[in-house]
Amino acid sequence: MALSTVLETPVAGFDFENAARNAALEGLLEKGQAPKPLKTGTTIAGVVFKDGVVLGADTRATSSEVVADKMCAKIHYIAPNIYCCGAGTAADTEKTTDLLSSNLTIFSLNSGRNPRVVMAINILQDMLYRYKGHIGANLILGGVDCTGNHLYTVGPYGSVNKVPYLSMGSGDLAALGILEDRFKSDMQLEEAKDLVRDAIHAGIMCDLGSGNNIDICVITKQGVDYIRPYQESEYVDNRKRQYKYRPGTTPVLTEKIVPLKLEVVEQTTQQMDSA
Amino acid sequence: MEKHYADSQTKGVSTGTTILAVTFDGGVIIGSDSRASIGGEYVSSKTINKLIQLHDQIFCCIAGSLADAQAITKAAKFHLSFHSVQMENPPLVMAAASVLKELCYKNKEELQAGFITAGWDRKKGPQVYVVSLGGMLISQPFTIAGSGSTFIYGYTDAKYKPNMTREECQQFAINALTLAMGRDNVSGGVVHLVVITEKGVEHVVVPGDKLPKFHDE
Repeated sequence: MALSTVLETPVAGFDFENAARNAALEGLLEKGQAPKPLKTGTTIAGVVFKDGVVLGADTRATSSEVVADKMCAKIHYIAPNIYCCGAGTAADTEKTTDLLSSNLTIFSLNSGRNPRVVMAINILQDMLYRYKGHIGANLILGGVDCTGNHLYTVGPYGSVNKVPYLSMGSGDLAALGILEDRFKSDMQLEEAKDLVRDAIHAGIMCDLGSGNNIDICVITKQGVDYIRPYQESEYVDNRKRQYKYRPGTTPVLTEKIVPLKLEVVEQTTQQMDSA
Repeated sequence: MEKHYADSQTKGVSTGTTILAVTFDGGVIIGSDSRASIGGEYVSSKTINKLIQLHDQIFCCIAGSLADAQAITKAAKFHLSFHSVQMENPPLVMAAASVLKELCYKNKEELQAGFITAGWDRKKGPQVYVVSLGGMLISQPFTIAGSGSTFIYGYTDAKYKPNMTREECQQFAINALTLAMGRDNVSGGVVHLVVITEKGVEHVVVPGDKLPKFHDE
């Protein structure tokens, strides 16, 4: 291939190399049950506006009922002009977007061209379709390229849809209500940011799996504004986090100095080659 | 998102759908609704595109799993494009339908998608082919498919006439799709039509409020 996007073409068919290893590991664990994968119960949303695309996400990552990460970054970098929000299994969204980003960088270097959003979508679709839904990644991909402002969604089975506005994740229905009500084509920047913020906020309020802060990413032809966090949760904890004490806080009662006797047991010299 | 996938037969997004293609005097009209659903209870898209262009004057419409259908049409587009470069001639509609059929038949265990292919070529003029789930390929003067088609077999059998004019055919297609969308819960949205003739291709979109109203609406 003149313009290879990957270092090597993937082998045809599925690669379930790890299945045997996983089965062996499960046998070693007590109760024989593998730990549940970390899922990002999530609200993510994207909106196309007059000059570009706005992507938004909450920042809570849950592991069953426990909040595993309060400031998780769900808006992933793909290319200087393309960002991607991910919902579903956290590891899958991270790795998939990482792979995509690397492939697009190689392509850019080889071809001398900036990547287009359609190319990113095609690569994602091919990869997710090949794995038949076993990669649990629901992605919203947004970007601005020479052909315009684009917002796409990719499902875990490999279905693609091009849309002007969208939300995904466990809080998607709450966010979608806000988007359906107030979306207009060709909005201004501030209006679009407010709309996405309100949509994510609705997801945070009405969904247990979403919460904490709101991240916003604005992509335009001029550049990217990744505001993290755009809005902090009002339920912030007030821990000091710094526990430095002034010298003399603890009174010194007595002082005793004991010199330690050290004898040389063995001495070796190693020649280093510094040619 | 898993809560949306109830116990539907299709995994992921499905195009529970109504699609049709009808030949008329001088061309063929291919049409579809625009709804994509998950688990038969959540509409994941109101504006999905089910009319895919395989070549300049050959279109196909998709039913079944959206992921499978998009993957198959991608491969089919590539094969057809390569075939037409080798033949130094635009492909026949039969060739497009056969490519889809080979993909569906050879991988029938894993795939869940059906297609209607329609187009115009120099050899046989306007044609319609249907490739069903298991890979059967047949040619018909008009055909309907998808979950919503069951509701309009009577209507289409009664109202179809060979060699209609373009306007008559367009109205026939719009009426059929509207009736199906009115009764099938997983079909809906707008009506997309593509009219293919010797001269070229024309898209017609009929939004929900411009659709004809029938009894009880």
